[in-house]
Amino acid sequence: MNQFPRIQTVGLSGILISFSDTMSEPANRAALSFRAAIDAADWPEVSETSTSLVSTFLQVDLVTQPLDAMLTRLNDLLETQDWYTAPLPAGRTLWHIPTVYGTDLAPQLEEAAELAGLDPDAAIAQLSQARVRVLTIGFAPGQPYMGELPENWDIPRQQALTKSVPAGALIVAIRQLIIFTNASPTGWRHIGQTAFKTFRPLSDRPFSLSPGDELCFPSVSRSTLEKIMATDDSGAGGAETEVLS
Amino acid sequence: MTTTLTIVQAGPALTIQDLGRAGWLAQGLTKGGAADPVAIHEGAALLGQSPDLAAIEMTGTGGTFTADADIRIALTGASMAAKIDGDPIAWNAGHLLPAGAKLTIGGATSGTYGYLHIGGGIASDPVLGARATHLSAGLGAALKSGDSFPVGPDKGRETGMKLPRDTRFDGGVVRVVASMQTDRFAPEERERFIATQFARDPRANRMGVRMDHDGAGFHAEGGLTILSEVIVPGDIQITGDGAPFVLMGESQTTGGYPRIGTVIPRDLPRVAQAPAGTKITFEFVTLEQAITLETQHRRDVKALPGQLTALVRDPATIRNLMEYQLVGGAVSAKENPFEKDA
Repeated sequence: MNQFPRIQTVGLSGILISFSDTMSEPANRAALSFRAAIDAADWPEVSETSTSLVSTFLQVDLVTQPLDAMLTRLNDLLETQDWYTAPLPAGRTLWHIPTVYGTDLAPQLEEAAELAGLDPDAAIAQLSQARVRVLTIGFAPGQPYMGELPENWDIPRQQALTKSVPAGALIVAIRQLIIFTNASPTGWRHIGQTAFKTFRPLSDRPFSLSPGDELCFPSVSRSTLEKIMATDDSGAGGAETEVLS
Repeated sequence: MTTTLTIVQAGPALTIQDLGRAGWLAQGLTKGGAADPVAIHEGAALLGQSPDLAAIEMTGTGGTFTADADIRIALTGASMAAKIDGDPIAWNAGHLLPAGAKLTIGGATSGTYGYLHIGGGIASDPVLGARATHLSAGLGAALKSGDSFPVGPDKGRETGMKLPRDTRFDGGVVRVVASMQTDRFAPEERERFIATQFARDPRANRMGVRMDHDGAGFHAEGGLTILSEVIVPGDIQITGDGAPFVLMGESQTTGGYPRIGTVIPRDLPRVAQAPAGTKITFEFVTLEQAITLETQHRRDVKALPGQLTALVRDPATIRNLMEYQLVGGAVSAKENPFEKDA
């Protein structure tokens, strides 16, 4: 079936290039790489670009920009390489974000570990050594959907919503992690707590993360996290970064 | 000295709005901005100033306002009963608000979102390049009694002009183009969708407007397995209970509910402004038809200054007679009438 990549218009607001209809690492890679190529091409018709899990969106004013010409150029660019195996864009950041797993700060670790077929210590070991990618950002400003975790973390969302988990919560479902931007109800399970702020509207860098960034969540003690909270008001939550080439 | 506008008494849902904050979709932040952008352009035309200046958006009801110097104001969007120191003033028109006078704006009599524009605009501090309050993202907050804001420098002088009202406050036919998931709805479902008379549900805000109808809900094939995908303003998502939800400027950037179509930009204010219970039907148009309709609309918005007419005033009932320019169209001898502010 040669259904993808698929190009569609989105209202009068733009063009969507989908690389799959299910989440997979190659399709997410394709979306990120293709977006980087569009940004590099710097076409004047494209006012803004974004990615969802497996697609790239180009904001284009279809009222004034001829669609056929855009489609031709998009198809030409799509044919220049296999986007599913393309290298990820350069200049991404690798983040190490100190995390308290479990305790009353993150009360669903044990429940989630059981669903993942692990005892709590083994779950913490696996999660704190995992390296995940920002697959997309959405739902709230700067809020990352990260993955993919090992297959044993393909755990369902809860039937009932948790009334509220705090900002900085690390939550898990369907092989993905999220750090919550704001306190919010959720069907995902709250397994860790960070002091990391994903959205800092008044700072020089209002959005901490970009799609394609990679993250690790090393396990720290509660007292370490409390010390970070007491001494660092930048919102970085004690995170360390390195640039990925 | 900077002029200050003070909100003496705030209605329940006042926010500062402009045309929104573009450029942050990839970071999870939608553009937001005025629920009725046409009203922003009307205010700009009435005051002869840029549509990029910020105004106060009033949902359902207004409040009481005063300024510490003479300011020009314009009132657009949903009609609300407005008075200056107790004397009624016209809606969809520009006025002088004298220093210390009290402007009171009551409940909407048609439409949902009213706008108070100030000559020179509300000069609050921009965040991420715009002044628009984005409630769902936590940028800014609803205005409270006692809040005050600086007013930008006003380069214009004209007051007492009005614009004709259009029909966007009355519901009616809303045009829709097919979008990326339209073909997930069976042809019969799409037929039923355009044949259904909807009423704007009371559940509506700057994120989205729910549509109520009698009969079964609408359903996509494989509706629950759709991956979360980009949202654009006007997308009509079908939620779990089968009710259509028209997504507005302050929605989330992505969503997992299937979209049956997208309201064209010019008809989105019609959805936003329809009061609860107002009848709405949807009609599919082709992309080509939508482009023609939208091109015409943009031309009309640009031509708004040409629609201005002087308010007709009755000297017997007029207050502050001396403040009015009584000879229609008269201009200052020192002013070049062809050099209007953009």
